[in-house]
Amino acid sequence: MSRNIENKEVLGGDMPIRTPFQMFWREIRKHPGAIVGVIMLTIIILSAVFAHVISPYDPVKPDYSVRLQPPGGDHLFGTDTMGRDVLTRIMYGGRISLWVGMISVGIAATAGIVIGLMSGFFGGWTDEVLMRIMDMIMSMPSILLSLTIIFTLGPGLVNVMIAIGVASIPSYARIVRGQVLAARDTPYVEAARAAGAGNVKIMFRHILPNVLAPVIVMATLGLAGAILSVAALGFLGLGISPPTPEWGVIISDGRARLYDAWWIATFPGLAIMATVLATNLLGDGLRDSLDPRLRGR
Amino acid sequence: MTKYIQKRIVSALIVTLGVSFIVFLMVNMLPGDATAVMLAEFGATAQEQEELRRQLGLDRPMMVRYWEFLSNALRGDLGRSLFTRRRVVAQLLEQYPATIRLALAGMGIAITLGSIFGVTAAVNRGKVFDTGTMFGALLAVSMPSFWLGLIFIFFFAVRLGWFPTSGSATWRHLVLPAFAIGLRSAGVLARLVRSSMLEVLRQDYITTARSKGLSERIVVWRHALKNALIPVVTVVGVQFGFLLGGTVITEIVFARQGIGDLIIKAIFSHDFPLVQGGVLVLAVVFVFVNLVVDLTYGFLDPRVRYD
Repeated sequence: MSRNIENKEVLGGDMPIRTPFQMFWREIRKHPGAIVGVIMLTIIILSAVFAHVISPYDPVKPDYSVRLQPPGGDHLFGTDTMGRDVLTRIMYGGRISLWVGMISVGIAATAGIVIGLMSGFFGGWTDEVLMRIMDMIMSMPSILLSLTIIFTLGPGLVNVMIAIGVASIPSYARIVRGQVLAARDTPYVEAARAAGAGNVKIMFRHILPNVLAPVIVMATLGLAGAILSVAALGFLGLGISPPTPEWGVIISDGRARLYDAWWIATFPGLAIMATVLATNLLGDGLRDSLDPRLRGR
Repeated sequence: MTKYIQKRIVSALIVTLGVSFIVFLMVNMLPGDATAVMLAEFGATAQEQEELRRQLGLDRPMMVRYWEFLSNALRGDLGRSLFTRRRVVAQLLEQYPATIRLALAGMGIAITLGSIFGVTAAVNRGKVFDTGTMFGALLAVSMPSFWLGLIFIFFFAVRLGWFPTSGSATWRHLVLPAFAIGLRSAGVLARLVRSSMLEVLRQDYITTARSKGLSERIVVWRHALKNALIPVVTVVGVQFGFLLGGTVITEIVFARQGIGDLIIKAIFSHDFPLVQGGVLVLAVVFVFVNLVVDLTYGFLDPRVRYD
């Protein structure tokens, strides 16, 4: 990212300045899988954001006159035990699932970046202590850690975000630390130090932009994992409480009617699968273009 | 090598100690502490709550309680359930075989399917089988395992009647949950085995094996696979962690007995000694499996140097 800008300065303005979006698109274009991922994600996000415009039905209010209608006709994905349109609930549910997933990744990435930067930059005891704590967090299966955090904080959406976020901090911290160790002794950091920049400025203004690429890849792939965890916790009844639709909650609702109304649990699962698949496709593409070293891992 | 083993065991012990502290700290950090939650339904007075706190030993400093918890845990005592008053260790001992059986069966399925599909995809690189397998692997890693479990129940148990819908009595009860939990890891492993196999198939010793006139089947499955699996071993440890975590939700879906089922019920009833014990036991199993995996890696690949 910064290379282009530096090049431009060096080359005296021969290279056009591209916005981050243009750069993103230029890289993504080379990977057909990633394009499919972007298109799928766009459709899913738009249908969640504009659910109230697209669907004529209410996601929460029961309508017992049309309960348990099979898919087809007025209700493409059928209706549930209270006569609510399953497709509508999935679209509204996408708002929560995607939002909670993104915030969890945001929490994990932000905390992971700060810890990784400090660990790699200061080294010594700071590094030792922070990395041992990360090792300990990593040595617990993440869903178990999330469950323990929810036990402590209590169920609820915000706590789910924290629980999922905290469990994935170490992956970000470790990758950033590794990158910082490589960047710490480069000439541009020495130059910044010689110019009188303080530690915080060097870390956030100079090193951070150069170590972000793998973080972006990890955050994209991490979003896929976060969406799965949000759904799992919702299914267990530890996330948002019904009747608000969330994908895991809708599947849990449909579980009891698996025998005579398979569609209630099946379609939200397909929605999760499509979203996670799209995110994985995009993440794989980003990884291949932004950081070829990570390929195949 | 001996030095490495010693070092690795010591570090596993330190990590176990750290994990026990994290679990203890989190479970005991409950806002308003456990007694408030327990007594909320009964409308107890502040004095009664104080009495319960003293009975449970919650009025003492955190570090004192941790030390007591740790020394008791080392003697095999993880306290008693707040509700059933039964010993936590006894309950965990009853439940853990079912959980370990499920995780191992899932791992077996993951390794078998992952290796077969990964190798066959690598050998048929660029062909329809390869593309299809890799897409299937991507689908497998994108599916929520609890949902897959429900689909399995609907299709194989309700519709076809091949397997029971729930329970954990016989091996037939194990098939659907093991597949539900193992397919995701199978997808991860298939992708990894494929890329590792492609790397190995380019090596000189494979060309040598072929030029000796060995059949392609022997070259691939005897010579190449053995080496292609080495990097896979490291991932097995991480995947086993996923599977252990996954058992929690799979046990709920299939109404199976197990530690996961115990933990979830304990979370809902605020039974903190049970949550603490259950999580600790699964975490320790995970640390132990990773230790074994790391040591195995050293034996499998003598080129690895441990410094």
